[in-house]
Amino acid sequence: MLRLELYKIFKRPRTYISFAIVTAIALVIQLAMVADGKNFISFALQAVTEQFDIQGNILNGYLVAYIILQSLLVQIPLLIALVAGDVLAGEAGMGTLRLLLTKPQSRTRIVLVKFVASLCYALMLITWLAVVALGLSVLIFGEGDLINLKSDSFVVLLKHDIPWRYVAAFGFAALAMATVASLALLLSSLADNAIGPIMGTMGVIVVLMIFSTLELPIFATIKQYLFTTHMIGWKGFFDDPVPYTAIARSATVLVVYTILFVGTTIFWFNRKDIKS
Amino acid sequence: MEQQPIIEARNLSKSFGNFKAVQDVSFSIFEGDVYGFLGQNGAGKSTTMRMLLGLIFPDNGTVYIKGKLFNNSSRHLLKHVGAVIERPDLYKYLSGWDNLKMFAKLSGGNIKDERLHDVLDVVGLKGREQDKVKGYSQGMKQRLGIAIAMVHNPDLLILDEPTNGLDPQGIYEMRMLIKKLSSEYGKTILISSHLLHEIEQMATRMIIIHKGRKVVEGDVKTLMAPAENLMQVRLQSNDKSLYLIQNSVWSSLLKSHDADTYTFKMPLADMPLLNEWLVAAGLGVLEIKSTHSLESYFLSLTNNEHAKAGAV
Repeated sequence: MLRLELYKIFKRPRTYISFAIVTAIALVIQLAMVADGKNFISFALQAVTEQFDIQGNILNGYLVAYIILQSLLVQIPLLIALVAGDVLAGEAGMGTLRLLLTKPQSRTRIVLVKFVASLCYALMLITWLAVVALGLSVLIFGEGDLINLKSDSFVVLLKHDIPWRYVAAFGFAALAMATVASLALLLSSLADNAIGPIMGTMGVIVVLMIFSTLELPIFATIKQYLFTTHMIGWKGFFDDPVPYTAIARSATVLVVYTILFVGTTIFWFNRKDIKS
Repeated sequence: MEQQPIIEARNLSKSFGNFKAVQDVSFSIFEGDVYGFLGQNGAGKSTTMRMLLGLIFPDNGTVYIKGKLFNNSSRHLLKHVGAVIERPDLYKYLSGWDNLKMFAKLSGGNIKDERLHDVLDVVGLKGREQDKVKGYSQGMKQRLGIAIAMVHNPDLLILDEPTNGLDPQGIYEMRMLIKKLSSEYGKTILISSHLLHEIEQMATRMIIIHKGRKVVEGDVKTLMAPAENLMQVRLQSNDKSLYLIQNSVWSSLLKSHDADTYTFKMPLADMPLLNEWLVAAGLGVLEIKSTHSLESYFLSLTNNEHAKAGAV
């Protein structure tokens, strides 16, 4: 059943829009870095170079990949929503959900298979991101130490210490995308056409991300409970030392949200009248 | 031993808000039946069919498939049923073959490609299976929908308004296909329609529902042959016609008259006697026809209900 679900997803042209967008963004940033990367780096490191002597291949593939990942923070979840928001509501809209549910398959199984299929899509997108953002950047700019600039400090990671951090970061990003996919699935189960859940997921993520990033006291208490706050946990792998406790807490929050969203979807879908 | 129904609905009721879509509807379908489900648009046919398939959950009542209680926990019983509900909506970006194969895999059992070719042959889509569904006509989609419904060789086929949206040729072909499924392949079929003559032509048993309630259920032939028919007699223009009839033994059977057409309510067997009397009385008979058909029967039943509702 999972194979059938994946077949349906990857037979639709719209599925490949996400891969094209990710590729386009990565290429644009890489081209910009080829053209004007040195000026960008010297501007960004202005404050640092006043006190430190920095030498070597600063504009390297690892740094460019890190910049690409930062800029795709909002876009990737939206691209996940494009497919995950469609899996149930899109079928309801097309009328195929009606035919699907006349077959001897449990509704719980249908929801779980659709969730796993969305997850597979998310993993493929993350893998593709790794190929174009990291692989291609390293190919173009070569390897080197990564300077991670923070608001009040900077971290230098030696090049041999970087690859595992990217693997871990992409793994964490996959978990965060599972949460996004589960939210999109929940909204998808509530609607009878795909536009609502896709826009709804995008809306929820954008609004919650604003709450998560605003440094206002009023949001201080709630932001730790928002899954969007924890979606950027992957950044922790580029700290030294790595804040494992904080990353584990973020991962736990994401897992709890994912279970909650999928569980609610199953509960709701098992009670839903199919009138479309 | 009493025959077990393939599917049985017991006291099904469903409301959407304040609207009572189906109220206390019960019926049984037995092997070999072509069971007509007749009702006007909005009568509750689709809602009932969806309840039979677990698409809509009844507020009250139960469904039994092959004697076993069917609910959301026993969806495996749907392996005994194949259905096309309303439009045959399919994955338009996939070929007919891909659609059929996909739903075959979801239908349970290990269905071989040979079986897929067989059902395509039965529904007349052989040779077009590799075309994308988006290029199919409505009739082809409907036939592919039926192929999908019957691919796992179910005991019962549920076809909800299968001729909807088809052109006259498509309607004819669909009707022939349904008759073939019944006569050649021995399929038990539940077919709904608001087109009354369709049920009249295809069904062996039927139920009529109106405003969500069962009006009547039974054998089509029995329901079609009630004790009394409405007979319409058109006579040659004659000033004395009405006077002669009103002063004859037939006056009590005369229900209405309009210009030269007179309507009698009487047994069909008495028609020759009436004809003889009309001729003997010198009234030229131009035409005699029985107005009884399922349509008039259906309308009389539903109109009666209207009348009753109005009287309350």
